[in-house]
Amino acid sequence: MFTLLETASMLNTIGLPVLILGALGLIFGLILAIASKLFEVKIDPRVEEIICVLPGANCGACGKAGCAGYAAQIVHGGEAVNKCAPGGPDVAAQIAQIMGMEAGAMDRKVAVIHCSSGGYENTNWKYSYDGVQTCRSANSLAGGPNACAWGCLGLNDCFRACPFDAIYIDTNGMRRIDFDKCTACGACVRACPRELIDLVPLTRNVYVKCSSQDKGGDARAVCGSNHPCIGCGLCVKICPVDAITVENNLAHIDYDKCINCGLCATVCPTKAILDLLVGSRQKAEIDPESCIGCTICAKVCPVDAISGEIKKLHSVDKSKCIGCTQCVPKCPKKAIEMV
Amino acid sequence: MGYLGQIFVMAMTAIFIQNFVLARFLGLCPYLGVSKKLDSALGMGLAVIFVMTLASAFTYLINKYLLIRYDLVYLQTITFILTIAALVQFVEMVIQKNAPALYNSLGVFLPLITTNCAVLGVAILNTTAFRPDGITAYTFLDSVLNGFFSGVGFTVVLLAMAGIRMRLEKAELPKSMQGMPIALILAGIMALAFYGFMGWKI
Repeated sequence: MFTLLETASMLNTIGLPVLILGALGLIFGLILAIASKLFEVKIDPRVEEIICVLPGANCGACGKAGCAGYAAQIVHGGEAVNKCAPGGPDVAAQIAQIMGMEAGAMDRKVAVIHCSSGGYENTNWKYSYDGVQTCRSANSLAGGPNACAWGCLGLNDCFRACPFDAIYIDTNGMRRIDFDKCTACGACVRACPRELIDLVPLTRNVYVKCSSQDKGGDARAVCGSNHPCIGCGLCVKICPVDAITVENNLAHIDYDKCINCGLCATVCPTKAILDLLVGSRQKAEIDPESCIGCTICAKVCPVDAISGEIKKLHSVDKSKCIGCTQCVPKCPKKAIEMV
Repeated sequence: MGYLGQIFVMAMTAIFIQNFVLARFLGLCPYLGVSKKLDSALGMGLAVIFVMTLASAFTYLINKYLLIRYDLVYLQTITFILTIAALVQFVEMVIQKNAPALYNSLGVFLPLITTNCAVLGVAILNTTAFRPDGITAYTFLDSVLNGFFSGVGFTVVLLAMAGIRMRLEKAELPKSMQGMPIALILAGIMALAFYGFMGWKI
């Protein structure tokens, strides 16, 4: 056994370090505890909760610096809760629950490339580009290697920028966007040096597939896909809701007004307007029992598909009807249905 | 040599000759991890300068008036880590409350460097280093200055690395070389270049 002296010296060699280190730890702990009360910064617990709900990809689709920035803006800046594109309606609903309000309908958007050339076979080149293989550097060399100064350079900056693998390249070297995977984060929109890509509501299926601001003849001469917008304005005239404007020889669809009728695509002489729904739209049908023969539907029909004499049953020519649904809300008897 | 001259020698030693990253190989984690973008590298560098200076001051006092007095120098590592971690936490709280702008630029990096080896390294090296005359140990002011200059050295190298890496991103590299492999090769070449300062007699 240890003698008393040995025990005392052992206590000294072990006890003193333990005491000093323990005391140091205790003092630091106390200081930090006091400081955490003294220098407390009130953080709204909802901000933390929202950060937990958000996907955490920091993609910037909401327009804020990152998920944390967006969360802070929702709580303090009154930002809308449905701006997180990758999170979609689920996340919007969860945030709305945290904030104690309704989410509101989330208008999901997808990216659309407003150019129909850019592949191996549908692009006209003015010189052979052999430099760094990015659109951005190709674009800075003599205005880019393709004949059209507005069109797709085909070097896949958007493809590389997409964090969700939503852009793929088809056999002709064209970039295609997979709408199922696209979250409208906007990475490709920022990556494209020619600003060809735009975010369009998923519910709208009619796109101007051209960004050329050249005059009609010039645009025709350089376009590799033969579908340039020549700024003729036919679509402007036919559009039943005045959603199309032509500016700088280029048609632009205002998707807040667009009703997806696809009329513009039918009149476009160069087929520069792409209508994804062509052929798959429902046709109007008039219920013979409710129709009072007021002729309103025949007047609003942009393609004259409805015929009938006043005060008599009207009928729809299904081969002419393009499914624009213009007549449906106009019928005073609600006699028209899309089938 | 006057005191100012000695400070100059100390600065050159800490920044170039005995650079923490490239000559002593401390703090390699942030050197490779936070050197992808210039602005985050600058934020990290400033945070390191700040923490190294403060840590040098506090660990010097702890070392001199607690550890040496009670003959407990073998507890240096654990005490210093404890001190630095507590200090950084405390500073973080203070600036979060009193200087939100500073917190926004430094705040993210502060917790990352609480137990960084370069910060512990400067604290320990301060206790063993000699002044340029080669005889006397560091005074309090020397320690603080050495901490500051070591942080500056770290920042200089981090910024250089970030600048080169941002340019390297544009280079066409074989796939197996992209990212970390080329960064490590780059770090080696930079260390070789800084090795040249070893022959600098001041």
